[in-house]
Amino acid sequence: MRWISFVLAGCLLLEMAAPTPEEKRISIYSPAADYSLSVTQREGKDYVGLLEILEPLGSVTAKMQGQKWQLRFNDIDAQFTPGSNKARIRGREVDLPARFLMENNRGLIPLDSLVTLLPHFLGIPVLLHTTARRLFISEAGTTYKTEFSKTTPKLVLNFSSPVNPTIGTEPGKLNMIFVRDPLLPSGPESVNFNDKAISSITFQENNGAAEITVNGGVPLLASFSNDGRTITVAPAPSAAPAPAAPPAASVAPAATPAPPAAGPAPSGLPAPAPTATLRYFAVVDASHGGDERGAALSDKLTEKDVTLAFAQRIRQELESRGIATLMLRDSDSTLTVDQRASTTNTARPAIYISVHAASDGTGVRVYTALLPSGGDNRGPFVAWDAAQSPLLSVSQAAASSIAAELRKKIPVRSLIAPLRPLNNVTSAAIAIEIAPPSGDVADLSSPTYQQLIAASVATGVVSMRDKLEASR
Amino acid sequence: MIPRHLQIGMAVLLVVVLIMAFYVHRMRGRVAETGARVADTRPVAPPVAGPTEQVTLYVAYDDAGVLHAQSARVPLPAGRQQRAQELLRALLGIYLDKNSPHPLPAGAEVRDVYMVDPGLAVIDTNSAFADNHRSGVLVEELTIASFVRTLAANIPGINRVKILVDGKERDTLAGHADLSDFYDTSAVGKAADQLETAAQ
Repeated sequence: MRWISFVLAGCLLLEMAAPTPEEKRISIYSPAADYSLSVTQREGKDYVGLLEILEPLGSVTAKMQGQKWQLRFNDIDAQFTPGSNKARIRGREVDLPARFLMENNRGLIPLDSLVTLLPHFLGIPVLLHTTARRLFISEAGTTYKTEFSKTTPKLVLNFSSPVNPTIGTEPGKLNMIFVRDPLLPSGPESVNFNDKAISSITFQENNGAAEITVNGGVPLLASFSNDGRTITVAPAPSAAPAPAAPPAASVAPAATPAPPAAGPAPSGLPAPAPTATLRYFAVVDASHGGDERGAALSDKLTEKDVTLAFAQRIRQELESRGIATLMLRDSDSTLTVDQRASTTNTARPAIYISVHAASDGTGVRVYTALLPSGGDNRGPFVAWDAAQSPLLSVSQAAASSIAAELRKKIPVRSLIAPLRPLNNVTSAAIAIEIAPPSGDVADLSSPTYQQLIAASVATGVVSMRDKLEASR
Repeated sequence: MIPRHLQIGMAVLLVVVLIMAFYVHRMRGRVAETGARVADTRPVAPPVAGPTEQVTLYVAYDDAGVLHAQSARVPLPAGRQQRAQELLRALLGIYLDKNSPHPLPAGAEVRDVYMVDPGLAVIDTNSAFADNHRSGVLVEELTIASFVRTLAANIPGINRVKILVDGKERDTLAGHADLSDFYDTSAVGKAADQLETAAQ
């Protein structure tokens, strides 16, 4: 009996160890909505729920009448018989490539029947990329053009409409996954640039998504501009090859002395790439942006606009003091807090500065992270919500330094706040919330006030340089 | 010459019309009063059943940007869950008052508080509370710190707090303060202390 138990336990372990297959999905792009649905495997074929496909496209109702499934889409009647591979739409018989199935009141149709069925309902042709499971309904799609600059080096992707991909990085490549964007290539799917930093770009489609991969020899960073219509891919500032010809002023100013070679990484953080040298630079993050406007500071003034103006001044002040600066948002684009954190963590700056604005109170508040409970860093694995914990004391020291500079000119408070992405950043991280100098909110857009604060913040960062470099 | 009985009839009708006009005027006044009462969306007062108890409410003050401990007598039921609920409702009562030191939006309400062992309190607020909350790092932090500190000070054993809106998880309160995670009461206590220190 014992060997049976062992065999069963072994089978169980094998089952647990087997990788979970990725859920199959189909993405539908139409003028009415862009959406993604899960695909079910039945009788060796891919099936989708017809009701779920039609719901975002118009008014749809369905019910069983006897043995038939009656469906009404806008003013079009259709009839499906469970188990049959024939359907009746607008009184005309339509052949299905496999049987129609009913499961828990869900009418399932074979995926490859969409090309035949949908034109009957919608009156327009549809295009299905069968292998990738991407369905285009009267949708011209979003195309892109690439511009590569070898001197900088930099790859600019110009899209025909705004895009919002999920961006991931891994050694030697940067992936952009477009699920909700009807992205199509306008030229060849793969282009080589014959450059060490950015070597090639490829386009592929898979499982209801389009993916653009930029390959390179150094860690790469993507930044958005032009309201989400432009993505610029460039080597991360920390990874810019040291002996390269004149570096871009915003990334590695000539005045910046070469920092010491990468020392031991703070506990729990991934070690830097061996070829990379860590440069002293700052990430400045204008909070909110795009669809997310932040606080309405007055009838005309939104937080997202004020933070962008302040962030640009801080960058200017930092760079005039010889500190390279990376702006996460340099236009009115939408970025999630996770995107802000992951871009910062990939870049590995000496300090991350998030900029906020408020109409309540006066002066400036400087914040460090209030870490949530349950953050559990184990060995090399860092809990996302508590990634800041090893750096918290450095962040607090930086906040004190900046507050001390600001205090010389305006009222300032140093506080702790539950404000993301401070707790997700693996560098020294602070946020500044700028309130008007007196009660007048309009002063937030005063160039003199912005300049005064930006200069103090930059001076505070400069005076922390040694400590921030040591913490890296 | 108008006959006498018609004159008397006219006089009586005139008096009736005057009385009716006065009555209609009174009724309109009452309707307006009832309407004003309906527009007042403050939560109802906590049940007065049971003895009142001395509690410490941590009240947010926007002017100074701090929390002040404030003693109050609140009628509290026996169960921990109900006590937590009544404490937060007492706090909301202060914030919804017209002289509030930290105004919260009209209609803001704590729908329920759930106590989950060991030591977790889940506060379920309504959408009016979060959707119309003023936006800003400090102003949102003050609301959260006030709730968390008041619960931790008056109900022993609470060490974590989670805030939901209409029974669902939400990313932030009004664009800044994180609601996606659990709040550690001791960490919030330190943050509140720092509010106090930084204000001095």
